[in-house]
Amino acid sequence: MAKITLSNLRHSYLQNPKDDADWALKKLDLEWDDGGAYALLGPSGCGKTTLLNLISGLLTASHGQILFDDQDVSLLPPDKRHIAQVFQFPVVYDTMTVYDNLAFPLRNRGIDEGTVDRRVREVADMTDLTSMLTRRASKLTADGKQKISLGRGMVRTDVNAILFDEPLTVIDPHLKFQLRSKLKELHDRVNRTMIYVTHDQTEALTFADKVVVMNMGEVVQIGTPVDLFERPQHTFVGHFIGSPGMNVIPCEIHDGQAHLSGQRLETVNKSSASTTGAEIGIRPEFISFSDHGLPVKVVKVSDSGRFNIVEANCDGYKIKLLLEEGAPIPSEDAKIKFDPSSTRIYVDGWLSGLEGTV
Amino acid sequence: MSLELKQVTKIVDGETYIYPTNLHLEAGTFNILLGTTLSGKTTLMQLMAGLDKPSSGEIWFDGANVTNMAVQKRNVSMVYQQFINYPNMSVFDNIASPLRVAKMQHGEIEKRVGDIAEILQISQMLDRRPSELSGGQQQRVAMARALVKDSQLILFDEPLANLDFKLREELRDELPRIFSERNSVVVYATTEPSEALLFGGKTAAMYEGTVAQFGDTGEVYRQPRNLKSAQVFSEPPLNTAVVHKSENVFKINDDVSWPVAKAYEHISDGEYTVGIRPHHVYPHRMNDEHIAIEGVVQVAELSGSESMIHFTTLGNSWVSLSHGVHAFAAQEKTTLYADVANCFYFDTDNKLITA
Repeated sequence: MAKITLSNLRHSYLQNPKDDADWALKKLDLEWDDGGAYALLGPSGCGKTTLLNLISGLLTASHGQILFDDQDVSLLPPDKRHIAQVFQFPVVYDTMTVYDNLAFPLRNRGIDEGTVDRRVREVADMTDLTSMLTRRASKLTADGKQKISLGRGMVRTDVNAILFDEPLTVIDPHLKFQLRSKLKELHDRVNRTMIYVTHDQTEALTFADKVVVMNMGEVVQIGTPVDLFERPQHTFVGHFIGSPGMNVIPCEIHDGQAHLSGQRLETVNKSSASTTGAEIGIRPEFISFSDHGLPVKVVKVSDSGRFNIVEANCDGYKIKLLLEEGAPIPSEDAKIKFDPSSTRIYVDGWLSGLEGTV
Repeated sequence: MSLELKQVTKIVDGETYIYPTNLHLEAGTFNILLGTTLSGKTTLMQLMAGLDKPSSGEIWFDGANVTNMAVQKRNVSMVYQQFINYPNMSVFDNIASPLRVAKMQHGEIEKRVGDIAEILQISQMLDRRPSELSGGQQQRVAMARALVKDSQLILFDEPLANLDFKLREELRDELPRIFSERNSVVVYATTEPSEALLFGGKTAAMYEGTVAQFGDTGEVYRQPRNLKSAQVFSEPPLNTAVVHKSENVFKINDDVSWPVAKAYEHISDGEYTVGIRPHHVYPHRMNDEHIAIEGVVQVAELSGSESMIHFTTLGNSWVSLSHGVHAFAAQEKTTLYADVANCFYFDTDNKLITA
C-alpha cells in the first residue's frame, strides 16, 4: 500500500504539442492517501483514462512525476509498480478453472501452495465465487468473469493500489448495482487504495470517499460526494452531478446581489464587481412552488416514479424542479422560490468568491 | 397507423424465446419494451422489423398483413446498441445515404440532414469520418441516419446504453420531442425503469419471453398486474416477503405485523407476497404508521444526496433508498421502517390483489 503523489503531471499524445488542445492532460498536482476509495469522474474524452494509465504505468507521462510513497516510479513499467488493474472487459484465462485464475498471480511469484489456497478462498468468499471455483472460467457469465478479474486484482497482498477502468461496462444493467455495491463492500473490508474511473455519477458517488471531477484534461473539483453535490465550485460540476443537474441561469448583479426577472435573490455568496458572465446555480431539489416569488410558466411534467421533474419557463430560461411523488403541481402560471442556502452566484463558471484554483 | 402482433411466438430448437404475444402499438407515442437482458426485447423487435419470421402468429402493419414480407420491402428503420456507420463516408454522407437511395432532391437532403444533426448535436462534425469521432458521437450519427428516413416504423434497441450518463440524460429529453410530430410507430427497448418513466408513452413490461403487462407507462408502474411486472419496473429491486393474513392482521413473523387496511378486508385469509419499493423503506422513522423491521446492513451506498442501503432481513435481501446521507457500518444491526400503506400484495399465483 502506498501514498500516491502526482507532481506537475502533464501528458500529450503528440510529439510536439503546441496549444492547449494538444494536451490530453493539463497540469496536475494530486495526492492520494493510503487506503482511500477514489473516483475519477467525467465525460468521455476528459482525460480520466489517460490519468489512470499514467498511474498504472501503461503510459509514460510526457512531463512530471509519479511517486509511490515518495519513491519516483515515473519510469517504471506496470509490473514493477505493484498495481492491479481491472478493465472494462474481463481478463480471464478461459481454459483455466476459476481457482487457477485467482491463484495465477500468486503462483507466478512463487508463493507456496498453502498460502495460495488460503488467499484464493478468502478472495473467492469476498467476491461470491466460492461455489464456482472448480468451474472453467469460460463457462461464467460476463459479471462472473469480471468478478474473476476483480478477484485476481485482490489476491496479492503487496499491491499498492487497485485501478478500475469503467469495470461495470459489460455487466447486465440489472446486475450492475450488485457488483457496484460489492466493490464498495470490498473496499470497506480490505482498505486498499482503489481508484475507479467512470462517467457514471452513481458509480462514482456511491463508491468513493473522494471524487475527482475532470473535464477537458483538467481537474475541476475534488471533494466528497456531499461536497460536490451541495457546494459545486464550478457550474460544470453542478451540471454534471445530479440527475437532473443543477440549473444554471444567467442573472444580473447590482450592488453585489443577484437579480433575476427583476427580483432580488438571496444567495449564499456575493459577487464583487462586474455583472457580465454572472449566473445563478440552484439544484432542482432546492426549488419549490410558493405563493410569492419568481413568476414562471409550467411547461412540462415528467413522471420519474418517486419524483416528478417539472420544467418551467422564466423569461425564456428553462428551470427544472424536482418534486416528491404526490406533491401538488400547478398547471401553468406559478411562482417559485429558491432555497437561499443552496443558491449560489457563479461568474464565468466559477463560484464567485473563489480564485478559480482547486 | 399501427403495428399489431397477433399470437406471435418464436421457438428455436425447441426453446421458446417468445410466448404467444398480442400487442397493439400506435403511432404518435413512445412504445417501450422494458425488461432485463434476455427477456425477449431484441427477439421481439427483430420480428417486428421483419428481420426474423415468427414461428406462429401474424404481424399486421397499417392494416396490412406483413408477416411474410421481407424487411427490405418494409418501411422500417432500426438503431442498435452497437452503432454501425459507413467508415469511408463523411458524417454528412452517412446520414444522407438513405435519402440518396430514395433519390431525394439535394436541397431537401441538406435541410433534413442539417435538422437532424442539430437535434442530435453533431452539426460540427458533418465533414468528419466516423473513425474520428468518439463512441457517443458515432452512435448519434447512426441514430441520425435512422431518423432522417422518416420511416413508418422506427425501432430502437437500447440505443443509449453505450453513451455517457449525462449524454443519455440529454438525449432522453430530446427524443420524445423529435417523435411527437411524426406519424411513425416508435418502439424503444430499454432495461432501465427510470428511462421508461421519463419517456412516458406506453410500456410493455417483459419477462422471459412474455409480456407481463402492457399499458400507459405510469399505470403499469403504479398498478402492476402481477409480481413480475412489479419487479421489472423496480430499480433497485422490489423488496418482497411472504406474509400471512389472518382476520384483520397481516403478519410476517412475531415481530412484524400490521393491521389490514379497510381496502383489503375483503380478501381471504392465507398466504400472500408483499412487495414494497425501496423508496418506501426508510432508515429512520418518518411516520407513526410505518412498521419497524430489524435487519443487518450489508453495505451503505451514499451518493451526494441519497442513500441506498442494502441489508438482510426477513430471510431476504432488501434495499432502502432515501434522501440524505445515512451512513452505516457493514454488519451493523439496524431498524428499518416500511411504509405499508404503499405496498403491493400478490396472491400465490403472483397476481396483484386489488384493493
